[in-house]
Order: sequence, then C-alpha cells, then structure tokens
Amino acid sequence: MSFSQMSIRQLQQALRDGKTSSVELTRACLARIAATDERINAFVTVCAETALAAAAEADSKLAAGEAGPLTGIPIAVKDIFNTAGVRTSCGSRILENYTAPYDATAFARLQEQGAILLGKLNMDEFAMGSSNENSANGPVRNPWDLERVPGGSSGGSAAALAAGQAFATLGTDTGGSIRQPASFCGVVGLKPTYGRVSRYGVIAYASSLDQVGPLTHCVEDAALMLGVVAGYDPADSTSVDCPVPDYLAGLDAGVKGMKIGLPREYFIEGLDPAIKQAVEAAIEVYRGLGAEIVEVSLPHTDYAVACYYLIATAEASSNLARYDGVRYGVRQQGEGGLSGMYEKTRAAGFGDEVKRRIMLGTYALSSGYYDAYYLKAQKVRTLIREDFLKAFEQVDLLLTPVAPTAAFKLGEKTDDPLQMYLSDIFTIPVNLAGTCALSLPCGMDGQLPIGLQLIGQPFDEMRILQAAKAYEAETDWHQQRAPLD
Amino acid sequence: MHSRYEVVIGLEVHVQLTTKTKIFCGCSTAFGQEPNTQTCPVCLGLPGALPVLNQQVVEYAIRAGLATNCRIAPRSIFARKNYFYPDLPKGYQISQFELPITEHGWLDIANAAGEKKRIGITRIHMEEDAGKLLHGGNSGSRVDLNRACTPLLEVVSEPDMRSADEAIEYLKQLHQIVVYLGVCDGNLEEGSFRCDANVSLRPFGQAELGTRAELKNINSFRFIKQAIEYEVERQAELLDEGGKVVQETRLFDADSGSSRSMRSKEEAHDYRYFPDPDLVPLVIDGAWIERVRAELPELPEVKRRRYVEQFKLPAYDAGVLSAARATAEYFEALVGLHAQPKICSNWVMGEVSRALKENEGTIADCPVSPGLLAGLLKRIDDNTISNKIAKTVFEEIWRSGKSADQIIEEQGLKQVTDSGAIEAILDEIIAANLGQFEELKGGKDKMLGFFVGQVMKASKGKANPGMVNQLIQKKLAE
Repeated sequence: MSFSQMSIRQLQQALRDGKTSSVELTRACLARIAATDERINAFVTVCAETALAAAAEADSKLAAGEAGPLTGIPIAVKDIFNTAGVRTSCGSRILENYTAPYDATAFARLQEQGAILLGKLNMDEFAMGSSNENSANGPVRNPWDLERVPGGSSGGSAAALAAGQAFATLGTDTGGSIRQPASFCGVVGLKPTYGRVSRYGVIAYASSLDQVGPLTHCVEDAALMLGVVAGYDPADSTSVDCPVPDYLAGLDAGVKGMKIGLPREYFIEGLDPAIKQAVEAAIEVYRGLGAEIVEVSLPHTDYAVACYYLIATAEASSNLARYDGVRYGVRQQGEGGLSGMYEKTRAAGFGDEVKRRIMLGTYALSSGYYDAYYLKAQKVRTLIREDFLKAFEQVDLLLTPVAPTAAFKLGEKTDDPLQMYLSDIFTIPVNLAGTCALSLPCGMDGQLPIGLQLIGQPFDEMRILQAAKAYEAETDWHQQRAPLD
Repeated sequence: MHSRYEVVIGLEVHVQLTTKTKIFCGCSTAFGQEPNTQTCPVCLGLPGALPVLNQQVVEYAIRAGLATNCRIAPRSIFARKNYFYPDLPKGYQISQFELPITEHGWLDIANAAGEKKRIGITRIHMEEDAGKLLHGGNSGSRVDLNRACTPLLEVVSEPDMRSADEAIEYLKQLHQIVVYLGVCDGNLEEGSFRCDANVSLRPFGQAELGTRAELKNINSFRFIKQAIEYEVERQAELLDEGGKVVQETRLFDADSGSSRSMRSKEEAHDYRYFPDPDLVPLVIDGAWIERVRAELPELPEVKRRRYVEQFKLPAYDAGVLSAARATAEYFEALVGLHAQPKICSNWVMGEVSRALKENEGTIADCPVSPGLLAGLLKRIDDNTISNKIAKTVFEEIWRSGKSADQIIEEQGLKQVTDSGAIEAILDEIIAANLGQFEELKGGKDKMLGFFVGQVMKASKGKANPGMVNQLIQKKLAE
C-alpha cells in the first residue's frame, strides 16, 4: 500500500515500526506540492524548511517512544488560522503582509500532538465564497478536473488533500465551506457542532456560524483529527464545556437499528439526477446495513439561504471593520485625511464579494431596517433550529445530498452571485441550526466525486462518524484518487 | 440661572473600574505606562482574537446597581456599537444596548432649598473603553491602546435635574458612592469619572421636553457647572431671539469657557448595534446578587444619618467623617475603643487630619492607629495627662509608634495631682509676684490666668489645671 492510501493511524504505525520516517513523509508531500501545485494552487505559503526541521524533531520523538496521535504527520491548514511566525492572509490583499504573533487554538492543539505544518491553504477571501474563485491568490483548481472549481471557501483544504499534498487539513465552515469542497474533491469533511472546537485565533467571517473542522481521506482520520482539536477553550466564550468522547474507540458501532431521516425538502426538483441517484444508492446501503429509513420534514428550509445571507453578512460587516489600515495589514494613503485613508485602504484591500457582503450586512443592521432584516432573520433562524430539533426527536441523524451538483466549471457562476449562493442550499441550514454534519464520498458523476451529507444532533458527532464509517466499510468511494499525475 | 425657561438636565457618566485587568482580556489596567505595553491580541483587536468577560467587572456592576437602587437583570447581553476611529481597534466597541445589566434605579440629592429630591437612574451598563490618540505635530498622530478594553460603567440618569447645581449634587453623590464601593478610584484628572450632559430648555409648565444638546466628556465638577451654565445661556438667547435649538453634540472648551458644535443630528453615527456573537448572554442568579448585597459597605448617606442619630454628632462632623470610606472606618474603629464620639470626632477631624495633611499621608496608612489613639484618649479621660500634653504625646506616637502609656512613663508626663506639690509651687510663685497677687485680690480677674500659666510652666505642664485653679481660690480666700 502506498502512503497516499494509508490512514493516519496506519502511518503512525509505519512511523513507529520504522518503515518510514516523518522526514520521508514530509519530503514526499513537499515533492508532491512542487510537482502539482502550479496547476492546483492549493497552497499560498509552503513552509518547507520549518516543516523538515519539525519532521526531524518528530523522528527523534518517535525513536524515543514519545509519540502523540499526530507525531510526524504532515498536515496543512486553511490560511484563516493564525500561525505565529507564518503569514496569515485569509485570501485577502488587505492582509497579504500580515503575520500573527499567536497561534489559533485548533492549530496549536494539532501542533501539540505532533503534527507537521506544511503550509497554509488557499481559500475564498475571508471565507466568503463557494468556489474558491474569490481569492486574492487566484482560484484553486479541482484535482479531478482542472477546469472545475474545488468548492469553497475551504477549496485549498479539499484540493490539497485530493491532490495528495497533505495527509489531513483543517478548514472552517460557515455555510458549507468544509462540506461542499469535500464533496467536490472526493474527501471527508466534518463540520462539528457550534461550540465544539475553539474559534480563538480563527479569523472571523460570521462569528455565530463559523466552526473549525478537519478534511481527511477517510472517516477514521476525521475522528482522530476531531478528537485532537475538539474541546472547551477558555479563550473562546462560545466554546462549550462538554466532554469530548473517544471518537476512535466508538467508531465501529455500526448502524443497525439506527433511525435515519430523509428531509423531504432536500430531495427537490433541480437536484442533479446523478446526485439523486448516488444518494439513493447510499440510502439503500444503509437499509442493507440494518438502518431504519424514515421521511421527515424541515419545513423552514426554503428560508435558510435568505436568512443566512442576512445574519452572516451582518456579522461580517462588523467583523471586518478592523481592517482599516491603522494597525496592521496593507494601508493605502488617500486624500481627505483619515476617512480618505479608510476608503482607499478598504476599496483596494477587499475583493468584490467581500464588499458586496459588507454592504449587505451594513444595510441589514442599519437603523430603520434592523427589525425587518436582521431581527427577522434571527427569528427565522430559531425556527430552522427548531425544525432540526423536532426532526431529531424522531431520528438519530439526517441524510441529504451535500450540494445540488458536482463541481462546476471555473467562471460558470462568477457573474451570478445568487446562483452561486444556492450551491450551499443543503449545507447552510446546518450552520443556522448550530449542529454537526459531515460530507463523505458516495459516488461519481462521470469523473467528478459526489458527496453524501450526514447531519447529527448537537454534540453528537460520534453518531455521524459511526454511520459514515459503516458506509465506508461497505463501499470504496473513499479509495478513489484524483487522476492527477 | 434663567427664570423664563425650565432647565432640564440628564447626565451620562463613565465610571472607570478599578479591576486589575481589562474587561475582556488579562492585560493590566495600570495607568501611565509606556504606550502599547499593556496590550495583547484581544485588546489590540488582532484578527481571530476573542473577548472573554472579566467576572470582577460584573461583580462591580452589580455593586453599583444595588447601591443606586437599580434592578439587576437576571439575563443581560453585550452588543457591538459599530463606528470607525483609529483609537477603536476592532471598529466596534463592545457595550450593552438592549438588556443592560441594571436598570430603574435612583439617588436622592438635596436641592437648592435643602429638600430631598429623587433623581432617576435609567440604566447602568458595562462597556470597554477605547484607546488614546497622541497628536504629535509633524510626526502625525499615534495610537496608544493601553486604555483600550479598560472596563467602564456607563451610568445614565433620567432628565430629572433642573439646574447646574442639582447636576453637581448628583454627580458628587454618585462619585462618592462609586469610590465608597471600591469600584472606581474617582480620579477626575486621569479620566476615571467622566461626564456627558444633555441639556435642554422648555417654557415653565410645558410637559414636552425641548430639543437637547449633548455636552461631551467633561472631567471636573467645576467645568461641568460652567459648561451647563454656558449652554443654558446659549439656548435661552437662541429661544429669546425666536430661534431654534438644534440637536447636536457640543464640545466644551475649559480655557475659553465656551462650547462649539462637534456634530449635528444628521451627522450622528448610525451605530448599528447588534448582539455580540462572540459573547454569550450573561446570566446572574439571585444568590450572586444576594451575596454582593450582603457585602455592600454602608453607604455615605446612611452613615451620615447614623452618626447624627447614634453618636449624636453635629451634622457637620457626621458629613466630614462619612465623606470618605477610609476616614469613616478609622473613626468607627476609634469609637469602638473609646466610646466618646464627639471627642473621637474632634481628634480625627483635628490632630489626625492635620498631621496627615502635613505629612501628605492617607488615613488608611496613618501611623497612629485607632488603637494607639484610643490609648491616648483614655489618659486624657482619666486625667493622667492634660489635653495640651496629649498633643505632644500624639506627635511622639506618630514618630515612634510607641503607646501613649509608654511615652508618658518614659518622659514623666504624668499630671501632678498631689495638691501639696502644686501648693508648694504656687506659694513660690506668689512670693515672687506679690504685686500681681495683690492686683488679683483687688478683683483684676485676668491675673488668674497669669498665675495658672506660671504654675503650669513651672510644673512643665504636668500640674492639673483644675487643681491649680482651686488652690489659687483657696489662697485668695485665706
């Protein structure tokens, strides 16, 4: 078996057995990046030197028998995570020169467990986008088809994995930004429950929706990565002090007797036939494994996208106010004193989509419009959350498609923001409800991967990981690799 | 003050809290440090940093709320107030808007006629301060973020005050309370207690409020009075001429004693308040409130009344002794050891306060503790020493920290009450001053003082003055 087909636990075993070394794995990843990334553009920063130094250190730890669950494993993180000493640009011109003096908690936890940082991954600017075309560093290309998008906003995190450049990556998901690119790139992507993983040090897009999660080749790796990053962080007031189970230990419980709900609002006209077919086939797999399949309803689904684009943009308009050219980032001197400097800095520093969302959010919060937009959206959000909680009174988890289509072509939706927003129609409600979901490969539309979404109850990541693992054991979609030489 | 219009004043006071660390991070709140040395990713507003609420700030807010008769909200939320300014690192200030921690309180003040007047307190909420801009000529402006994220309480009153004097009364009382509570150092020059005043006029008898002007950030009681009085004159003149007051924010300039418009209502910011998604709702249970209530110190107003009723002190003494918490604590400790309140009051307001002033000390670290002072007062009371000698002994306690008894013993200051010894001295003095003694006999009463003085001098102050007097009377009668 080649390294690229091995799980992190298998790699760990190989490292401990001396069949390979962290330096060898790191060199292999760096070589793969060098060979493929001109085409893919997944990395915005590669830390070859520090990665190799850290790998050598990991090897001596392994030799001394002091290995943690990730010791010596080369990983990469979305450029939204602050990494002390390594540039963090968040896909934006306004932060192109920014290096944080501190680490994000989630990244720090990976490092504490021995992970090797290969570099930082491309993304839509400030995590705003569904195709990774809104990046100051240029678009990322899908390793399965270079003419197509990898999804977004964690496009680099999914593409790097699919291209074999890293063994696991970290992304963030505000409306589908882990799950949709995972689906487009044929990997596993997990969005934990809001509050499960600390947001400290993660550059904020929409604070009440943002959540950190792993992208991996298989479910077991996702369970391992989640176990490392999850847990209460006193530096994040919204992180929840709730025990983190041993995800790996419980992974093989199976789905026999599990009740799986199919929300009828997610199986709509306009769903691509290939997607429909793949998801229906997956349902049959679950039925065959002894799960009970029932139809449920999430009646407020139709309002989710509109609700999301009011709440997320309102929060973003405030979160992005700090990029004003005063303390850090790129400053543009303008005429007209202070306000001239503000205007020119922000006009030159932000891309179109970011500006569009700041304006939308500013409007939604404005005096005279607040009640009609922001407040109304918050009320709808409560209804959407209640939809899910009611459904979970009947079923253990929900099964849906991740996206209405497989990866679309570069440029296909860039002129039509609304069409672009609708590609997150099945993922957005989960963020609004604040619960957990994952995407796993479940078929192919020609040469393009298709993703299956499993949605779990709040803080019950265990159950969706178990269900995903059961599916994975029955199928080999997760073993498919992008035809990238 | 103007007689044609009724003056209506409401105040917003920013009280800087004395917590050791900032409201949303662990940085020190120490004043006067090198610029940008008391900072971290959170108070610098770095990307990805998140606020964590300081429990002590909540505790202080509850204290202030209870002391001003407010209702403490079981659930309150933080909100973002959005605006751009270089001293505001996140582009928004974390404050409270809907659902503040405390509401619906009041303070009683005395109005011009000396009657009790109740001033409503609309709300008290928690918020973070901004940084400071340092304007430095050619080098441009610089930003110091040491003060950013320093905890503040904003105390908003109802428009219940009808004159600058009432406003000052209210402010002084609020100032006294927050200092008493130990939540604010009360330092006006350093900006620990800052005031914005909303001033409007209306014809007497009109229920509807006039258009108001807001006077910003005034940091001394004297300037507040000046600023309000200037504003009342300005608005009255405008109205007299048939003009209209425009709603605006005005900046008071202490040097010229006048104010100028900073921004009009049209230019006012739309702060786009919304609940801060980085902070969870603050839930305060009844047990917490009751614990804080139980630990509240007795407030100055209540103390003052008690001193008059319980200790029978004159109102003046009661006011002076209760004005500062440390003084009151000293006084009460002293009375506890020496149950003669008026004498204790005289000493605290007299010798103790004089010596503190001379030595630039504070009563909290007065070298003559209530215990040492009580030891001294006891020796006056039992006639061991005279009042006059006591002052000398007091000085010596201050210097050496020794007890009054030890000093009296060491220096032989014990009053002479042996009438034989005093009589012997008196006889000598009469013999040496026969002429004066004849004058005294002849009815020249002021010669009495001369003889008492001479005896005291000869006895180095130790003779009991009462006994000296008696003996002189005896000699005159012989």
